[in-house]
Amino acid sequence: MSEANPPENAEYTVEIDDGRAWTPVCRYQDLLPGRGIAVLVGPQGEQVAVFSERGGAVHALANRDPFSGAHVISRGLLGSRGSVPVVISPMLKQAFDLRTGRCLDEDHAPDGATAHLRVWPVRVVAARLAEAC
Amino acid sequence: MIEKSLVLVGHGMVGQRFLEALSEQPAAGQPHRWRVTVLAEEPRPAYDRVHLTSWFSGTSAEELTLCPPGFIEQHGIDLRLGDPATAIDRRARTVTTRSGAELRYDALVLATGSYPFVPPVPGHDAAGCHVYRTIEDLEAITASARHATVGAVVGGGLLGLEAAGALRAMGLETHVVEFAPRLMALQVDDGGGAVLRRKIEDLGVHVHTGAGTRRIDADENGRARTMALSDGTGLAVDLVVFSAGVRPRDQLARDCGLPVGERGGIAVDEHCRTPDPHIWAIGECALAVDGRVYGLVAPGYAMADTVARELAGTGAEFTGADTSTKLKLLGVDVASFGDALGTTEGALEVLYANSRAGIYKKLVVSADGRLLGGILVGDAESYATLRPLAIGKSQLPGPAEQLLVPAAAGRQGPLVLPDEAVVCSCHHVSKAAIRAAVSERGMRTVPEVKKCTKAGTGCGSCVKLLGSVVAEELEAGGIEVARGLCEHFTHTRAELYEIVRVKGITGFSRLIDEHGSGEGCDICKPAVASILAALGNGHVLDGEQAALQDTNDHFLANLQRNGSYSVVPRVPGGEITPAGLITIGEIARDYGLYTKITGGQRIDLFGATVDQLPGIWRRLVDAGFESGHAYGKALRTVKSCVGRTWCRYGVQDSVALAIELELRYRGLRAPHKLKSAVSGCARECAEAQSKDFGVIATSEGWNLYVGGNGGMTPRHADLLAADLDHDTLIRTIDRFLMFYVRTADRLERTAPWLGRLEGGLDHLRAVVMDDSLGICAELDELMARHVETYEDEWAATLADPERVRRFVSFANAPGTPDPTVRFVHERDGIRPARPEEDGFPLAPALIAGPALEVRTR
Ligand code: SRM
Ligand SMILES: Cc1cc2nc3c(=O)[nH]c(=O)nc-3n(C[C@H](O)[C@H](O)[C@H](O)COP(=O)(O)OP(=O)(O)OC[C@H]3O[C@@H](n4cnc5c(N)ncnc54)[C@H](O)[C@@H]3O)c2cc1C
Ligand code: SF4
Ligand code: FES
Repeated sequence: MSEANPPENAEYTVEIDDGRAWTPVCRYQDLLPGRGIAVLVGPQGEQVAVFSERGGAVHALANRDPFSGAHVISRGLLGSRGSVPVVISPMLKQAFDLRTGRCLDEDHAPDGATAHLRVWPVRVVAARLAEAC
Repeated sequence: MIEKSLVLVGHGMVGQRFLEALSEQPAAGQPHRWRVTVLAEEPRPAYDRVHLTSWFSGTSAEELTLCPPGFIEQHGIDLRLGDPATAIDRRARTVTTRSGAELRYDALVLATGSYPFVPPVPGHDAAGCHVYRTIEDLEAITASARHATVGAVVGGGLLGLEAAGALRAMGLETHVVEFAPRLMALQVDDGGGAVLRRKIEDLGVHVHTGAGTRRIDADENGRARTMALSDGTGLAVDLVVFSAGVRPRDQLARDCGLPVGERGGIAVDEHCRTPDPHIWAIGECALAVDGRVYGLVAPGYAMADTVARELAGTGAEFTGADTSTKLKLLGVDVASFGDALGTTEGALEVLYANSRAGIYKKLVVSADGRLLGGILVGDAESYATLRPLAIGKSQLPGPAEQLLVPAAAGRQGPLVLPDEAVVCSCHHVSKAAIRAAVSERGMRTVPEVKKCTKAGTGCGSCVKLLGSVVAEELEAGGIEVARGLCEHFTHTRAELYEIVRVKGITGFSRLIDEHGSGEGCDICKPAVASILAALGNGHVLDGEQAALQDTNDHFLANLQRNGSYSVVPRVPGGEITPAGLITIGEIARDYGLYTKITGGQRIDLFGATVDQLPGIWRRLVDAGFESGHAYGKALRTVKSCVGRTWCRYGVQDSVALAIELELRYRGLRAPHKLKSAVSGCARECAEAQSKDFGVIATSEGWNLYVGGNGGMTPRHADLLAADLDHDTLIRTIDRFLMFYVRTADRLERTAPWLGRLEGGLDHLRAVVMDDSLGICAELDELMARHVETYEDEWAATLADPERVRRFVSFANAPGTPDPTVRFVHERDGIRPARPEEDGFPLAPALIAGPALEVRTR
């Protein structure tokens, strides 16, 4: 699952499955609809971009922009292409499907790698964020 | 699958193209896989020799590279730089290299290019004599030019003129010596040569045609000092560039007994294969089956494709190529295409010449009215349309003379092009293929068509024509070419501005729900954000507006290539106190930032990470600095010259006015950025005429110029009004700006806006000075509101913890700096580390500013 529809209530936490367990990463109200934030996930400290759409759905994708190599996807604008919800990289403006991470503009990055963003499982739960966060 | 070895000798333009073409061949159906070794003589991978001259104007060797990062590794290629092939043993099927390596091959591809021909005149090897082919050659020329004042180029062909331009640009007095009676003898005729010569002489280059080089004499240090010409002229020169043609590098082939042409070139058949079935030759070193050695890159690329397909078992032929050329030599457009010199039997010529304007055009037409070729000097606009017609030997779409006179330009649309006409010669894409991409494969935009046909992805010279073919085909298919902002709004920016203003809309959600569709995108969101800001809807980071801003506006700073940001405080009019300079210096030092004076008379601090921005700005704001809006589509700078206060020529206080204007319009959000300047007299040291609005002092008052632009399409501003007094000047600028903000398209600077404004400058003057539309009161009021409600975005951001909260690296680890933002040292400063480099993350500030928050647990 890569998206979640959270309830209206404010006391909710966003969690990402880092491969070992669901880990809280931020409060739901930290997310500004239509924008993203960056969080660190897992033992390797991987950078993940978390977004909430205007309609409320939450998505988590890799933060590294394959075209520039910079970790800036979380600073992109959200929008839509046809019926596809997208995030647009702030660097060179390629669009990525928020649900699958697929790049809609190019198949490959300049270094030859496939231009795909890893999608992380994300959910919103009614729990208080741990003090540590 | 069996693996076979392929050795490519030469990693130049054609060699690289060959590697790419080979990697693009479908893997399925291939008889075997190729293990590729490349022997390269030069110390670096293939680079763009065609644009070599741009190295002189600052394009770096890295930027010229043709080898995409990771390409070599990804395709498992063994690239051996600086290790040229020295011998071929055809019986054993091995190649020996300079370092002594011996490589076996199943297929050997020679792409060794050519070498510059140096006429064997006495003294040709003196110090200060150079050739022009590689980056090392240019480095040597630059080094030599440091001690030189007069340069001569031997050879007035295409390359010679490029070299002359480079010498000129380095400030040398420059001569061009050409043996033939005219310049560019291969491409243009006498008439064209004469016009070209005049234009080039106007640029201060001395041209000697019909003259050979006799002798070069050196001084006691062995450095060239004089040059004697065959017409008796003696030139005092201390730098010579030979550009007298090239010769194919066919020595390897000669030495192993492969046939070469009488005037050089490795002889190949229509598959670019030599008589040895294991050896191919492509590019400038090859003598093609039509008996020609091609000195241009496009035929070389076609040969590379041919051999790549041969090796993949798909079969292909190269039987000859078009040698049309279009270039800008020293700023003069020159094009020649098809049978330019009229050598076809019965060919007729149609001429148009205007020596005052420096234009010469000739079409070569067959007796039955087909276009065979032509020459264009001074105005090569119609090249894109005419060349395909000539290559297809097509019937002329109208009287030949009409194609030549400028007034007929409108008739030269792509509709007159026959279907088989080649629109993109780099990738050999015909008009029919482009039309099919639109009508059959459903492509709707130029980028889509580029992606699926490859047209326009080479040199780029066909992109304009490509655009019109696509547009015509869409129109012909009854597909509406969308006029709206993007897929979410069918309105233009100006229409949306009116909707927002009249309906009093204050948020994006309401606008898109009532007047658009979908969720928006990177085009409409920032455009709407700018409209909302221009109509005074509060801080750009508040409420829903925050989600609309492009990343620069979102962090009130400019995103750089590695994800760090730059910070530009406002320096109104470019006036800054010593204390201000010291403060900026201290902040940059404490945060380890790179500093640079911008082209806009202020200081840019580079390398800040997101989480450092509030700290940096707190110190700047405390020292009295404000946001410079370098990130916004807003007023940037009002540059000034020092003016009457100090300058002995100045007639008004240009600095005071520049400061006043910058403070008045700071923060004004507009369809695009706005720039201005004020000069203290007609000498125009502030370059006001290249600005969106520029002011030049007169003894009577101020002249106001509007619609100027630097950048990609420079335009001199038009004089809107002369000798204005201070108050009238300000009022006129107020109205001009607000009228622009209200009616321009998204990302339309004032120059193109004015260019398309119906009624032009006269209409604009009537609107803002005589109130012909009756809107001046409204425009005045909007500006008054802007001036009253202006607040510094950064000060306001820092005052509100909610706004500051977004400036964190990671929401769940706010104190951790982003470890991927790394820098290296360069020239006493820092720069972003390149992907292959190890860098260091920026250290936190050494000294905390007095106002930095201290967190207690
Ligand atoms: C920093 C600076 C270069 C420098 O180191 O000197 C600069 C840097 C950028 N310029 Fe510029 N321009 C800078 C002066 C200029 C000038 C000179 C001037 O202002 O007198 C020009 C030509 C004048 C003009 O605009 O008419 C200029 C014409 C452009 C253009 C072409 C605009 C056009 O209409 O054709 C672009 C591209 C665009 O805006 O679409 C551009 C775009 C940019 C961008 C925004 C490119 C980008 O998207 O990253 C650069 C970002 C700035 C940053 O990261 O801080 N920059 N740029 C200069 C900042 C001046 C300042 O103090 O604000
Ligand atoms: C300044 C300049 C401007 C030009 N402008 C234009 C233009 O506007 N339009 C146009 O069409 N063309 C232009 N050209 C010509 C164009 O650059 C050439 O047609 C093109 O580079 C030919 O490609 P190539 O691969 O055959 O040769 P090259 O690019 O010269 O590559 C050959 C490579 O092989 C290497 N080599 C040679 N011998 C060996 C060996 N024994 N072992 C290993 N390596 C070897 C060479 O060092 C070189 O790197 C221009 C050329 C110059 C110099
Ligand atoms: S524009 Fe005139 S007043 Fe200003 S510095 Fe130049 S010469 Fe002096
Ligand atoms: S002609 Fe060069 S890209 Fe099309």
